Amino acid sequence: MRGLVFRAFDRGGMIFLGILFGLILLLALSNLIMPVGHPLHAPTYLVSLIGKYLTYALLALSVDLIWGFCGILSLGHGAFFALGGYAMGMYLMRQIGDRGVYGNPELPDFMVFLNYSELPWYWHGFDMFWFAAIMIVFVPGLLAFIFGWFAFRSRVTGVYLSIITQAMTYALMLAFFRNNMGFGGNNGLTDFKDLLGFDLQNDGTRVGLLFASAMALGLGFLICKAVTRSKYGKVITAIRDAESRTRFLGYRVDRYKLAVFTLSACMAGVAGALYVPQVGIINPSEFTPANSIEVVIWVAVGGRGTLYGAVIGAILVNYAKTYLTGALPEIWLFALGGLFVFVTLFLPRGIVGAVNGSGDGGPSPIMTKVRDWRAARAMEGRS
Amino acid sequence: MSTAFNTSMADSILYLDGVNVSFDGFRALNDLSLVLDAGEMRAIIGPNGAGKTTMMDIITGKTRPDSGQVVFEGNVDLTRHDEAAIAELGIGRKFQKPTVFETQTVHDNLELALKADRSVRSSLLWMLSNEASRRIDEILAITRLGDHANEIAGSLSHGQKQWLEIGMLLAQDPKLLLVDEPAAGMTDDETAETARLLKEIAESHSVVVVEHDMTFVRDLGVKVTVLHEGSVLAEGSLDAVSADKRVIEVYLGR
Repeated sequence: MRGLVFRAFDRGGMIFLGILFGLILLLALSNLIMPVGHPLHAPTYLVSLIGKYLTYALLALSVDLIWGFCGILSLGHGAFFALGGYAMGMYLMRQIGDRGVYGNPELPDFMVFLNYSELPWYWHGFDMFWFAAIMIVFVPGLLAFIFGWFAFRSRVTGVYLSIITQAMTYALMLAFFRNNMGFGGNNGLTDFKDLLGFDLQNDGTRVGLLFASAMALGLGFLICKAVTRSKYGKVITAIRDAESRTRFLGYRVDRYKLAVFTLSACMAGVAGALYVPQVGIINPSEFTPANSIEVVIWVAVGGRGTLYGAVIGAILVNYAKTYLTGALPEIWLFALGGLFVFVTLFLPRGIVGAVNGSGDGGPSPIMTKVRDWRAARAMEGRS
Repeated sequence: MSTAFNTSMADSILYLDGVNVSFDGFRALNDLSLVLDAGEMRAIIGPNGAGKTTMMDIITGKTRPDSGQVVFEGNVDLTRHDEAAIAELGIGRKFQKPTVFETQTVHDNLELALKADRSVRSSLLWMLSNEASRRIDEILAITRLGDHANEIAGSLSHGQKQWLEIGMLLAQDPKLLLVDEPAAGMTDDETAETARLLKEIAESHSVVVVEHDMTFVRDLGVKVTVLHEGSVLAEGSLDAVSADKRVIEVYLGR
């Protein structure tokens, strides 16, 4: 156990977390201490925006853990994120109490509107934060466990696995769109008032959520470090590179995959739970297959298999998204697609890989590509 | 089943009887029977398509036989186990094409192969003990990879990868080693070195070697089984089987 804990703390990881927390602290201080209108004042919307990016970063981290290290390309991780988000949303709905439009102390507004006479059984317990907190981890984890148990035992790998993860999130999306699922149909859950008694509109609560997101990201990062730097991490990397060889060494590949897949889904659930109070709504569109694919692009852009690359990728791509959907909304999807093509062709190891070089001290891949391309052009010119 | 058969099954490390496998109507193994005594080293030769690799697949649980008995150590029915379970029972395999974990270091490759509890829990909590570390150093020395311990396995030469894979087999410390064409693609010096390495390993393990290279088989100097069209054609010393007319016809004479 001691070894596992120690391995979480390596120098590079500490520097990365130090920078991350330093920036978050600066942002928080400039929001809370600087007066409104001061050039150094950070508006509250920015605090929540960064908080949202951090939850995306945690989601990207969870995808990097399985894709970058174990080769499991999940195109449905948004589902685990959304389930965690719904669990949090259910708690927040119950917190509204009789302050809803219909003033029903027991039933959330949408249930009154849909003529529910009593709370569905699966809504019980969500008035207690501790119960909701357990469900945030347990529900995505359980789904991942069941899904993974069948998929990995049947040795479904590669693109086939990716396709069924897409089907999973799509099926959940359709299910959550139905009014009689009891999750608010296509409107989802919204109009939240407070969390643990703190008013969600309050600047202090916003900063608190920002910190909670940063803490969750930091903890997730340390867990990923500990896991990937252990012998377990070497085994999953071996599975990624040569699955059947690993099996011939006596490792139960399905169990190793199942463990990392479940852990990753739990992390995605926590990310979703922190996302919901900061954006103020959770609805079935979070299950959209395209969302999950976007997460994979964040990781690819940042650099898979590096952990901090996933965080950087998630923040940069989402910053670009926020900027472009505001400035040039019709461009965004083309930009995202173009970015993915560019990264796949020229930065196979992402931004992090391009900056760090090829690891064995050689030139960075982007320069190698440029050189190859020039050489190819020169050859064509001659013939 | 005769009494004589039973005795030999009890003493054997590996016992195959009447094994049949077909793929889409092609009979890869045709009533194959083979007995390997504990501690024995055996060379298997035969032309392409004779069923050598299929036999390895059957023993290691990659392929299920249509019929026949596959028994390990006289009492374990291998057809009831999967790859991981068979590896845990003590059967190690080296593939024809060297398959090492290319993105990890030579040391990590050996650490992964090293005999230890294979459960998820113990791999999370695993710490490299002094004893394990010593054993890895020993294997690095035997396979002459000591200077490359911290290099990425993917950067090794072909011959070095073959040795690393043999080293991984040693680290696994199986009771029975299945070695598929260890000398493929090697220079003459490397081939001789590999034969030396295998002979050393055979002193304390049972070994089955599949090989095309006759010089190599001669270097090993062990009993030879000739496979042809999925069954045993001849068995004996290399000189005896080389003199067998049927063997010359299907294989050596070509």
